Parts: sequence; C-alpha cells; structure tokens
Amino acid sequence: MSIGHTLLGLLESGPRHGYDLKRAFDEKFGHDRPLHYGQVYSTMSRLLKNGLVEVDGIEAGGGPERKRYAITEAGVTDVARWLATPEKPEPYLQSTLYTKVVLALLTHRDAGDILDTQRSEHLRSMRILTDRKRKGDLADQLICDHALFHLEADLRWLELAAARLDKLREAVTR
Amino acid sequence: MTIPAGSLLTAQDLRKVYGPTTALDGAGFSIHPGEVVAVMGPSGSGKSTLLHCLAGIVMPDSGSITYNGREVTAMSDAERSALRRSEFGFVFQFGQLVPELTCVENVALPLRLNGSSRKEAERTALAWMERLEVDDLRKKRPGEVSGGQGQRVAVARSLVTNPRVVFADEPTGALDSFNGERVMELLTDAARSANTAVVLVTHEARVAAYSDREIVVRDGKSRDMERVV
Amino acid sequence: MSVRQWSRDLGMGARFALAGGREGWTRALLTAVGVGLGVALLLLTTAIPGALAERDRREEARSDHTFGQQEIPKADNTLIVVDSDTIFRDQDVRGRMLEAEGPKAPLPPGVSAFPADGEMVVSPALKELLASGDGKLLRERLDYRITGTIGEQGLVGSQELAYFAGGTGLAERLKGSASGARIDSFGNPDLGSSDPWDPVLLLLVLVVFVVLLMPVAVFIAAAVRFGGERRDRRLAALRLVGSDSRMTRRIAAGEALAGSVLGLVLGTVFFLLGRQLAASVEVFRVSVFPSYLNPSPLLAVLVALAVPAAAVLVTILALRGVVIEPLGVVRTARPTRRRLWWRLLLPLGGLALLYPMIGQGDDGGNFNQYLVVGGVMLLLIGVTALLPWVVETVVARLGSGGVAWQLAVRRLQLSSGVAARMVNGIAVAVAGAIALQMLFAGVEGNYTRASQYDISRAQMSVDVPDGSDTAATVAKYRDTEGMRKVTVLSDMHLGDRRGEAGSIIQITVADCASLREVATFPSCRDGDIFVAKGSEYDSDSERLAKPGTTLWAASDDSGDRAVSWTVPRDIREAESREDPTGYMRGGILITPGALPEKLAALISTRLFLSVDPSVPDAYDHVRNTAARLDPTSQPMTWHSIESNDRYAAIRTGLSVGAACVLALIGASLLVSQLEQLRERRKLLSSLVAFGTRRRTLGLSVLWQTAIPIGLGLLLAATVGMALGAVLLRMTNTSVRVDWPSVLSMTGIGAGIVLVVTLLSLPPLLKLMRPDGLRTE
Repeated sequence: MSIGHTLLGLLESGPRHGYDLKRAFDEKFGHDRPLHYGQVYSTMSRLLKNGLVEVDGIEAGGGPERKRYAITEAGVTDVARWLATPEKPEPYLQSTLYTKVVLALLTHRDAGDILDTQRSEHLRSMRILTDRKRKGDLADQLICDHALFHLEADLRWLELAAARLDKLREAVTR
Repeated sequence: MTIPAGSLLTAQDLRKVYGPTTALDGAGFSIHPGEVVAVMGPSGSGKSTLLHCLAGIVMPDSGSITYNGREVTAMSDAERSALRRSEFGFVFQFGQLVPELTCVENVALPLRLNGSSRKEAERTALAWMERLEVDDLRKKRPGEVSGGQGQRVAVARSLVTNPRVVFADEPTGALDSFNGERVMELLTDAARSANTAVVLVTHEARVAAYSDREIVVRDGKSRDMERVV
Repeated sequence: MSVRQWSRDLGMGARFALAGGREGWTRALLTAVGVGLGVALLLLTTAIPGALAERDRREEARSDHTFGQQEIPKADNTLIVVDSDTIFRDQDVRGRMLEAEGPKAPLPPGVSAFPADGEMVVSPALKELLASGDGKLLRERLDYRITGTIGEQGLVGSQELAYFAGGTGLAERLKGSASGARIDSFGNPDLGSSDPWDPVLLLLVLVVFVVLLMPVAVFIAAAVRFGGERRDRRLAALRLVGSDSRMTRRIAAGEALAGSVLGLVLGTVFFLLGRQLAASVEVFRVSVFPSYLNPSPLLAVLVALAVPAAAVLVTILALRGVVIEPLGVVRTARPTRRRLWWRLLLPLGGLALLYPMIGQGDDGGNFNQYLVVGGVMLLLIGVTALLPWVVETVVARLGSGGVAWQLAVRRLQLSSGVAARMVNGIAVAVAGAIALQMLFAGVEGNYTRASQYDISRAQMSVDVPDGSDTAATVAKYRDTEGMRKVTVLSDMHLGDRRGEAGSIIQITVADCASLREVATFPSCRDGDIFVAKGSEYDSDSERLAKPGTTLWAASDDSGDRAVSWTVPRDIREAESREDPTGYMRGGILITPGALPEKLAALISTRLFLSVDPSVPDAYDHVRNTAARLDPTSQPMTWHSIESNDRYAAIRTGLSVGAACVLALIGASLLVSQLEQLRERRKLLSSLVAFGTRRRTLGLSVLWQTAIPIGLGLLLAATVGMALGAVLLRMTNTSVRVDWPSVLSMTGIGAGIVLVVTLLSLPPLLKLMRPDGLRTE
C-alpha cells in the first residue's frame, strides 16, 4: 500500500496540515496501525521534492510541523494514474483495493472503473491459470485451482464492493 | 466505438427499454470468429438483454447489429429465425430441453428444424453427444439425467448445426463448480476446434476465465476491457 | 383427527380458492361458472318430469268430452261444447264454442264468464298473435269480439293458442258432423289414468336424459380441476412450511368445495333465470309456465349434496397419483400400463343390460327403465374408460413425422392421461348424440313413411256439411285466393239386401273431370255410369255391379235400407287409379246426370283442394273460407311425410343441445390448454430462441389436441353407432346408420378442437415472445 498516494489523495479534497493528514489517515485507513508522525513528515518531504505537493502556508508559533500542504496538478495526475493501475493480483490485497475505492469516492472519481480494471487484471491471471490447469497434470490442476479460488474470492469481494458503492460513498463522504 | 476489422458480429449504440427499466443504454459489442468473449456485470445490468439483441431474439429500440456484413435489425422475424436456426447455437441456464423428447432427439432438434431427415439428424447428434461424453444418455429423457449431464446435452445441441456463434447465457448457473468447469471446458474446446465464436454471459469469474477476453455491462452500458486498458 | 382440525383445513382451502388475488378469483369464477352451468342444467332436467306432469294435470282438468261418452239430457247445469280447433300456418289453435243451457252451467278452468254469442275469450299468446300484423288472416277467421283472457289455470303452456267462443244453437250442430258434447262438468275422471307411455317414446326420453346429463357430469368433473397444476404448486409451498400430506389433501378438498358451493349458488341463479326464460319459448310445440318448473325437492337436495361431494371426490382422486413434496409436485413415476380388460367390461356390461330388451318395442312390451338407464350409462362411461387406453396404445405406436408431429406425439406419449381426460367430455357427448340421432332417424322412418297422399294433385281436403248446398260451397272454395283446382267427390254405400247384413258396394258420384282423378276411361259424358275395375279392396264389385242388380240404400241412421236402385244396362268399365289420398277405389262411378233424385240426398261430399303454394298463406285462405261456411269445420292439410316437421325439430333441438354441451366442454378444453401452455413458457421461449418457426409450434399444439380428439371421436362414433344399433333393435326397427348425423356430430366435435386451437394461438404467440427468457 502506498502511503504517499494515499496522503496525496486525501489532499485532493483540499489543503491540510500535516497533523490533519495523519488524523484523517488514521481515521479512514489506519484502523489497527496508526501512522507515525515521522512517516507523514518524511513522505510529505518526498512529495514536496517531487513537486506533487506544495506548501500552502505555515501557521505561526504553533511549532515546526504546522505547515499546510496542497496538492499540485502533477499530484492529481499521479493519484489518477495510481488509481487506474491495477494491483498485481495476489492474496490479501483487499486493504489496497479498499483504499483505492474509498479514495476514488472521496475524490469523486468513478470507483466502478477501478473495479472493472481490477477484475480485468484478475481475469488475465485467471485465464493463465485456467490454461495451465487444462494442460497440466492433476497436481498442476490442484495448485491452479487453489490460486483460482483465491482470485475468485477477491473478485467476489470486488463485485460486492461495487454493488455497495453507493452506500460506501455515503459513509466515507459523511 | 470503432468496429475492429475482421469482426464476425458487432453491435453499436444499442438501446432497449422494457417499460420503466432501461436495459441497454448505448451498449456496444464485437466478436471475431472463433473468439470466446465473456459478458460480465452485476445482475440486472442488461447482459442478458445484450445477448438477446445480439442473437436477434429481441429487437433493440435503436442501434445497429451487424452479422457477417448483414444488418440484423433490418431483417424480418422469419429471416432472423432462419439465421438463428442455421448460424447460431444457444445454451441457457435451464428449462431448455424439451422434456418429452429423448436426449438424442433434443440434440437433433435444430437439425430437424433445418430440414434434415430424422435418421441423419440423430446420427450427427449422436456424434456430438459422444464428443461431450453423454452418448450413453441418448435414450433417456431430460427428467432422468443430472443437471450437469443435461447441460452437456444442451451444449451438444448448441453445436450440432456447426454454428458460427454460440450464445451461452449462464450455462453453468445451475451447476456445481466441478460440473460447471467441465461443461465450460467441453464447450470452449469444441468451439475453438470448429472456429465457432462464443458469447458467454456469466457472473462467475472462474467461468469467465475460459474466455479470451471480457466485456463488462453496467447500467446498460458496455465496456470492452481489452481496448480500454 | 379432530373436527376442528378438519374444518380449519377446509376453511383454509376455501380461503385459497377465493382470496388468491386476481388470478385466484378468475380461476374460482371459472370453476363456479362451469359447475353452475352444469347444476342449472341438472336442476332444469329434474324439473322437466314435474312440468310435464303439471301439463297433463291441467289438460285433464279442462278436458270436456270424449268419443262415445254417455249422452245426458239438457238441464240448467249443462253446457254444449263444440270443437272448433284450427291451424294457423303451422300452429295448432285449440278452439271451443260454448253455449250455456242454464245458470249453473260449468265454467271451463281459467275462464271467469261465458262469452256471449259473437264474443270470445283468448289465451294471452293468441291475443298477442291476433293483435299483430301476422295474425291478420287468423283475425278474419276468428271474427269474434275479444272480451277477456284465459287464465293460467285453463292453459297447458304460456305459448298455447286457445280460445272459447260463445255460440247459439249449438245443440243442432251436435246432430251434424261437428264434434262436441253436452256436459255438466269439466275434467274427466275417466281420463285420470292416461294412456301408458309409448315404450319407444319412453326410451327416447330416458336416453335423452342420460345422454345430455353424462357429459354434464364429465364437465363438472373437469371444471373442478381448473387450475389444478397451480394448486399443486401452492400445496407444495404449504408442505414446505410444515403442513403434512393429509392436511394438504384436506386443503385441496376445501378449495374444491368452495368452488363447487359457489357453483351451486351460481347454478341456482342460472336456473331461476332459465326458468323465466323458459316461459317465453316454445320447444317442440310445448311451452310451460315458470311455475311448472319446480325441481322435485328430493332431486334438488340430491344435486346440492352430490355436486360438492363429487367435486371433493374428483379432487382427492386426482391427487391420488400425485405426491406433493415440500419442494414440488412429483407425479408418481411412469404409471403402470393401462389394462384393457376391465375397461372393456364397462361397455360390454352396458350391452349385456340392454340385450334382453331387444325387440320389445313392438309387441307392447315395456322397457325396464333401470336396465335402459344403466345400460346406456355403462356404455357411455365405457367411452371414458376406454379412451385413455386407446390414446395410450395408439400414441405409443405413432411413428416419425415432422418436428411439430414429433413434439406433439412425444408429449402425448409422456402424458396421454391428461390428453384423454381433456377429450372425454366431448367423446361422451358425441357418442350419445350419435346414438340418439340414429334412434330418432330410425324411429322417424317408422312413424312417418305411412302417408300415401299425392300432394302434387291435392294438398287439402274438406267435407261439405251434410244438407248444405254443394254447388254454392264449391263455388266459394273456387273463389278462394290461391285455389288451383277443386275436385268434388261424393260417395255413398249401397247394400245388396234390404236388411242390415249383406255385401256393400261403394258408389262414387262426380262429374267427368273429377272422376278422372279416380279412374281412367276412354270417354265420359254427363249421364255415364262406370264400374271401377282393378281395385284390390273390394271383391264384391264384380258381382254387384252387374246390370239389373237391385241395390238398397239407407235413408237414415237406423240402418234400414229403404231406397232401391237398379244397376242400369249401359254401365261401362273403367280402370281404377289411385285417388289423391292414395286409395284405389272400386264400386260404381256415377256422373251427376245419371244419379236418381232419391239417391242425391243421401250422398256426402268431400272436396279435394289443390292450392298454389306460391301464393302466401294459401292454406290459411282455404281455412278462412271453411270457417266462414262452418266455424266447426276442420279442413285437413296433407303432408307427403306426416309429422316430418316435428321430428326434424326434435333432431335440430338435439343437435343444438349437443352443440351447446360441446361448446361448454370446449371452453374447459381451452382453459386447461392455456394452463398447460403457461407451464411451458420458458421452454417455448428457448425453442423460439434457437430458431423454431412459430408455425411449427402452433402445429404441434394443434396435433397435440387433434390426435386425442380424433381418437376420441373415432371411439365415440363406434360406441355411438353400436348404442344406436342396439336401441334400434330394441324398438324393432331396422338398423340403419344415419351417416349425416354421424358426420355432423363428429364434425362439430372436430370444429371445437379447431376453435380451441385457434383461440389458444394468440396466447401461444404471446408466450413465445423472448420475454420468457428473462430471468431478472
């Protein structure tokens, strides 16, 4: 999961302080693993260096970390590219996919597209596995089936998520 | 959407409204000879309607469908029926085998509709049943065979006329995964070897994995994944 | 099993029958209308014997005189009644002329005061007829002032034409040729036990009842099964939520009960409507008053109990072969092959019951009613028993054919019982109707071939009243509109001895033109006398017509022959020929110029009238002339085939009745046909999807009905002709197959199939739309 892209995505809805960013991240994605403040700081520095964010203003007197960040054009494009790029199908990628879907909703992008793209990518893998299974021996078949079932589970989850996009949108943009 | 060269069956900008519901809202489609294309999408998205339009069973309210250079929407009902009889094959989820006819008679039915003699039709039918490993059921009636066997009989029937396109609407919907995959394997093998295109409507990824590519239908609009990514 | 449980289950079934939404209602209504029509027919039939008895009772109560009854002297309580019946077009008019001889003279039933001379009281139907433009000619004939109407008590039917006219000097007429009597009361106790029914007529009535009621019973059985498939599925759903199989059966019984009870209510309504309607129609010249049509209470109760009981029974029987599982309805796998032997027992048993009565129609013997009814019923039930076997056996052997044929045959092979059941009603109705038509046709031949009248020569005959001026009478008839020719033949009989016993010779007096109607001779002038040769009837002519023989004539009724006549020398020979009545007369033919004065007063004269049939109402003009001359005269109208009209009417009525029953059954056929089609909606859609022509599917539906119907009609024709032959043998009539009626009845049956198929085509086309493929 890319923290940089996530923070960028969070910035798309408007400029925020570093502290706000951490709070927003923890609230929406960091259920069990809250972000270290240092992580936010180093990530933002990298993004700043790459020109994906800019400093919108510094609050006086509050301390060293009272910078307010805003996303740049390049940053928006970067988030878009990241969202449109399917994840490599592998088990346990729900958290990444979930992040992508929520971000898409937050940034008023079409979350359905993300799902379609991801399904297509999954299907590509499944086709390869299916092909291997058809040509292989029993052991191959069993191994391929194992992978196929996991991939299918992912996709099922995707379909379910897609069916619930409206409800999710309501929940995350509240 | 531009029509890719060498397409056997294409559709553009299809619209179809059933009463208050819009089933298709500008959907498109194309398939090459021998290609297996999965049509996916959530239920109620219009995938079955797309299949019915492509097969000339249902006429779209607007849009065009071209099969082999001929405009399907311009054909009469009789012409479309003839097209379905001779060029297309069909497999549905269930309820498609005539319960009174034996399995071999069911498979022979499309040939008989095309005017073949009974004897000849049943000989060809039996060959296809052998290929789908259900030739031992020839004397049985559909009520006496299992779901998986019945579906294989249905696949044999869809292929018996050597169609250019087979339309399969949730062909494994009523089967368990083992039987479902076996049916898909037999269907796609047979279709590929005969250079028959297959339009496969399904919501199951493992079934869709037997396709060459998939298109997604959502809210009556289609999305051709191969060409978007 | 507690009563409460029972009533709860039955009640639940009733609720299902009535509260199943729009579709449930339609089904319940359909069942109820079907049962209702059947019930109404049953009630009407049970009321007919009572209605006929009531007619007989009233006929008897108004009867006035019989032949040969004792003469009574004139008193202050006597009444002279003279018949003045007439015919208007083809309707009989009952007419009586009345003359009260004292203040205590009896009033006829339904009449409140005697009409005075020149007045009459009439029945409502006659009043209406006279007032209408159609009745103008009759109005001329019945030239009396209408002073009142005859009440229901004096009539035997609502449509009866009748009148009582007042007259004077009727006692004089009694001495003449008029038929009538002096009476002191109406209603003849001697008539109390009327003639026993003609056994053949009784047979006809019994068979008509059985034949019309059997299909009604079959129809009621079919009506309570409307919507059966859907009901089975609903019952399966009930099993899923925990009702056991006994409970579901009770619930099904409750549904059937509700439908049939609703049917009873509707049937009563239909019956009451039909009863009112019955008052305004006349069938076979019989009309009734609504009050006559009261079903006997016992039979009505029987109907009220039997119909729901039968409904429940049929339902339970139908569920016997069905196992209702929570997940659906399972028909017990492949039913055992139908056996022939017990099915054959029924019709053979029927024949066995009828056999002992063969040939009893002629020698005054009586038919055993129970055997007749039982035999006919067994034969007809035999049709319903044999048909499933026939359909199964034949269908199993049907070979290859087109796709439509294959689809139909395979379906029939799988469920021949359903097909046979649908056709049963039609087969029974057709079999019965064919048998009846054969019986009618045969009996009709028996009764009607008697007439030998040559209606090309004359169509009517009328007697000239004794003592009236023949020449003037003949002139009046010659002047009548539409008259072509009047043949005047007078005759008398002379004996060879003066005493009462001895040989008799007929003397015919007529002018040369009229004589040519009875004999052929080379020449004729007034004054000629002939002896007619060649008649097979009188053997005495040869001997008595010799010249010089003295013959004696009676001058009055005493039988004393006081007037003599000698056969003259110049008598010539003539060859007798059939006169217009078909009679070859012998005896002596005399032209008026040769008739001695003393004999002229003793002859009675009959006119043979030939009218121009192209003149409208020619017959009624003649009758009017006759009535003007003598209101009590009754001119006879000849028919080449006597009472042919009447039998034709009965047969038409039977055909119409059979057609109605068949239409009723056709309706039930259509309902079950549509039900089956709806069951197959998905299949039909998928067949259309892979390119099946609509024509193919339509044809397969047609075959599917036509094959069992064809077999049913074949069986029906066979059984019907067998039954007809047996019935004809019973009446001792030569067996003759009445092919037109066989063909027309089977034709009607086949027509119904065609109509049913045509009517089920639009829904079929609708079902074949691809909508059926949609699963979402």
